[in-house]
Amino acid sequence: MAVRKLAPEDMQPDTFVLSPEIEAFADKEIAKYPPGRQASAVIALLGKAQEQAGGWLPRKAIEAVAAKLDMPVIRVMEVATFYTMFNLEPVGKYFIQFCGTTPCVLRGAGDIRKVLETRVGEQNHVSADGTFSWLEVECLGACSNAPMVQINDDYYEDLTTENFEKLLDDLAAGRPVKTGSQIGRNRSEPFEAVNTLQDPTLFDGSLVGAWRKRFDEQAKAAETGENAAAMASIPQEVKAAKPTAGRAIESPVADTPAERAKEGETPINPTDRKEAADPSTATKGKSHTEEGARPAPQSSKSYVASPTKDGEAVPNSPTTPEAGTPPAQAETRRDGSESKPGVTVDKDNMTS
Amino acid sequence: MAKIIVDGVEVDVPAEYTLLQAAEMAGAEIPRFCYHERLSIAGNCRMCLVEVKGAPKPVASCAWGVRDCRPGPNGEPPEISTKSPTVKKAREGVMEFLLINHPLDCPICDQGGQCDLQDQAMAYGVDSSRFHENKRAVTDKYLGPLVRTSMNRCIHCTRCVRFSAEVAGVPDLGALWRGEDMEITSYLEKALGSELQANVADLCPVGALTHKPEAYHYRPWELTKTDSVDVMDAVGSSIRVDSRGREVMRILPRVNEAVNEEWITDKTRQIVDGLRLQRLDRPFVRENGRLRPASWQEAFATIANRVKGTDPKRIGAIVGDLAAVEEMYALKLLMESLGVTNIDARQDGSVLTPVYGRGSYLFNTTISGIEDADAILIVGSNPRIEASLVNVRIRKRWRAAPPPIALIGEHADLTYPYEYLGAGPETLSELASGRHSFIEKLRGAERPLIIVGQGALSRPDGLAVLSTVAQLARDVGAVKDGWTGFSVLHTAASRVGALDLGLVPGEWGLNAQTMVQGEVDVLFNLGADEIDIAPGAFVIYQGTHGDRGAHRADVILPAATYTEKSGTYVNTEGRVQLANRAAFAPGEAREDWAILRALSDVLGHRLPFDSLNALRAKLYAAYPHFAAVETVQPADSFAAIQALANVGGSLGREPFVSPVKDFYLTNPIARASGVMAECSALARELKLEAAE
Repeated sequence: MAVRKLAPEDMQPDTFVLSPEIEAFADKEIAKYPPGRQASAVIALLGKAQEQAGGWLPRKAIEAVAAKLDMPVIRVMEVATFYTMFNLEPVGKYFIQFCGTTPCVLRGAGDIRKVLETRVGEQNHVSADGTFSWLEVECLGACSNAPMVQINDDYYEDLTTENFEKLLDDLAAGRPVKTGSQIGRNRSEPFEAVNTLQDPTLFDGSLVGAWRKRFDEQAKAAETGENAAAMASIPQEVKAAKPTAGRAIESPVADTPAERAKEGETPINPTDRKEAADPSTATKGKSHTEEGARPAPQSSKSYVASPTKDGEAVPNSPTTPEAGTPPAQAETRRDGSESKPGVTVDKDNMTS
Repeated sequence: MAKIIVDGVEVDVPAEYTLLQAAEMAGAEIPRFCYHERLSIAGNCRMCLVEVKGAPKPVASCAWGVRDCRPGPNGEPPEISTKSPTVKKAREGVMEFLLINHPLDCPICDQGGQCDLQDQAMAYGVDSSRFHENKRAVTDKYLGPLVRTSMNRCIHCTRCVRFSAEVAGVPDLGALWRGEDMEITSYLEKALGSELQANVADLCPVGALTHKPEAYHYRPWELTKTDSVDVMDAVGSSIRVDSRGREVMRILPRVNEAVNEEWITDKTRQIVDGLRLQRLDRPFVRENGRLRPASWQEAFATIANRVKGTDPKRIGAIVGDLAAVEEMYALKLLMESLGVTNIDARQDGSVLTPVYGRGSYLFNTTISGIEDADAILIVGSNPRIEASLVNVRIRKRWRAAPPPIALIGEHADLTYPYEYLGAGPETLSELASGRHSFIEKLRGAERPLIIVGQGALSRPDGLAVLSTVAQLARDVGAVKDGWTGFSVLHTAASRVGALDLGLVPGEWGLNAQTMVQGEVDVLFNLGADEIDIAPGAFVIYQGTHGDRGAHRADVILPAATYTEKSGTYVNTEGRVQLANRAAFAPGEAREDWAILRALSDVLGHRLPFDSLNALRAKLYAAYPHFAAVETVQPADSFAAIQALANVGGSLGREPFVSPVKDFYLTNPIARASGVMAECSALARELKLEAAE
């Protein structure tokens, strides 16, 4: 959000009196609410006051609205500063609200902004002749006709650098301009070729009552049995899921047996097979680096040999099995006995 | 009543309670910033999140009613949890967001050590920030001479906005802009126009609004705290006087539901500098037209010389507005022993006397009783400046459900709408004789309240006015079983105590107005500074400040202010309250009762007590109701009003004028205070602007 501030003192008019029309409008608005709730009309009144003051709210206008609604000025000020539709600084005769949200940017709002910057100048500043000022705002809800701007109360859509320049020229010269799309498009119809709603039957009246026909058919189907109706409601062609759905595509082919076979190789890499058969690598595997450079274990209890205080190496922890030893025969298989002195474990599961 | 389970504890609470109140009933503490018991619920700080069983996400307990909770599937009472891990995590999240934009300037912040955010960050904060962007920066605002702002610290709780709009009734503050750009400010940064504005700094849970006069003067943990009572007006607000060493550093409100709730006026709070300035710190004696410092012996000897040769009929004593009951009692005993009957505590010329009974001069309805009144008539008073906290109560009553309120007297902005009946006694007599339409509203009311102020009583026809008001009260049924709607609003802290003691002229005695016009040769002035004493009399001034009384004095006896002595004060309701000593009087100044005791010795009429306790024992024996501290001794108001109504008299034609001309400068302490002078100048400016 752009930084908003009150207009400096020298720009503020000395007086502001609500016009008789607005007074009448205010009375009508106030009558909409229960007695004592006249403050509810504050937004409507501020809007009208802004209109009267030329598109912005001078301080005196805020005070006039507060007096009309019997509100503390600070309460009206809170509303006027909260809503960005209330301009607190003077705006040009043509106040351009330029949409800078994603759809417009994708359709070239950047160029429109450049036009504004060169023609009108900095955002939030009235041009020297007082004709224009502009402000970037969030989505104005006309994305199908992007890029677009709102000038005073009207939307101007489908802008290009050329037609926007021309639009500004026309406005500045006081020539009549067309609101809405600037490329002759009807509202938000497809803008190149009309591809939909072309079936003549849509327009010749033959579809009148089509829904009744459809209902009749369904009723007929139901008469032939509940199951039949149920079957009829099942879509005939089940749409298959895309084979690549949810998978990474275009990633390097994995070295799987299937892939190898497809490429005419043996399903299993012979070197892999050889390594797998080597008993010395059966449990340990081959480390990427040399034996000693293994990263230290995370826990404080080390499973690798570490020197004692005396400098002698301690033998391998009994819990580390020798490579290649079948687990069941490992001498120091852990069975709980080592942590419980005095407890003998009957390894052969024979009770005496 | 509704049952609810809070952390496994089942409590029975009124159904309209919020979860936060219910949790407090169950003994669970809920952190909060925006919620305040006496303000409307905003629900915007989100610190009070709790878990409600069955609710998909934590709820803000300050804004969720007990009656809004659904019972369990088998009709079990609703269950909330205030200590679960979810709650803790939610509050930690809220705290992290609050701290994102809060500057880390606790070491230079006046709120440090008394800061809600600091305290709660200890429980829910984390030690580091995950926020790497720039912090929000907000320009500081000017809000007048009492409230200092540091808006970077603001967490947008809007307590200050709600206080000024709801309690003070002067909606100056507002929250401008929106979202991250939201700023608390007054319209065009004008100074706040309320006489209660400094309370917003108390309410501020962070250091965004602090007290300007005391900025950077102390840290809260350096201060010694003394519970006391205020004497700036007759409301007798409960205060806490914080002192450091010999010096009073600040005055804070104390919660007292019966009197001031938890607000105090700016005058009560910010006269602190007046306690230091312009003080009389040694005796003075006038020689050749000039006052010169003297010793106590010299001063006493001078007095004794004058008094001994004077006829008791030509001696008088007047008592000022800030005197405590103890010294007034001592003065009364001394004057009695001298045979003096010219004694008066009503320097403003008020006609109230104890003759008609205690009920004839008390605020019988009591201040909290205002909330029960269903029609209010104010006669000759501007409660907003005479007793701001009484006005706050009337406004509170008006906000609850507007009763008919009418005023006879000076037209003024009382912060609530009222029917303006007229300016003077003519309207009153019209009303009393039933010719005014408002009488119907008073008659129709079940508990009508008539408040009569000093503006209607401090005048030659005051007694007739009082009698007319009493007749009116009797006619509309304002005095009956269980309701006394006849209330006198005082402006002086000492007045009710003085009337209780009977400090009014005795038989053939002269009143204050006569005494000062040269009818006495020796005048003992106990702190009366609001009255002009004509030349001629020998004036002994016992007081605290170099104010009007001291300038006219021939002998000055320096005394202690209310923060420097232990004293009893009786407020306008008749509530007896004790002020305690928070600091010592400067220089050679002494406590008032001790000065009078020493003087009595020199005059040869030694008072029969040597200590404050002995004095109080005698006082309580003579006037037992002074012993019942913190309570209002009920008065027989029915008889008093009958007696008053029968007085009659003819009413004058002068309109009623409030006795308080300048809210900020009503007594010598306030007149010595620089802060009060600044406030007064500003208020005059605002008044001129409003008049344009």
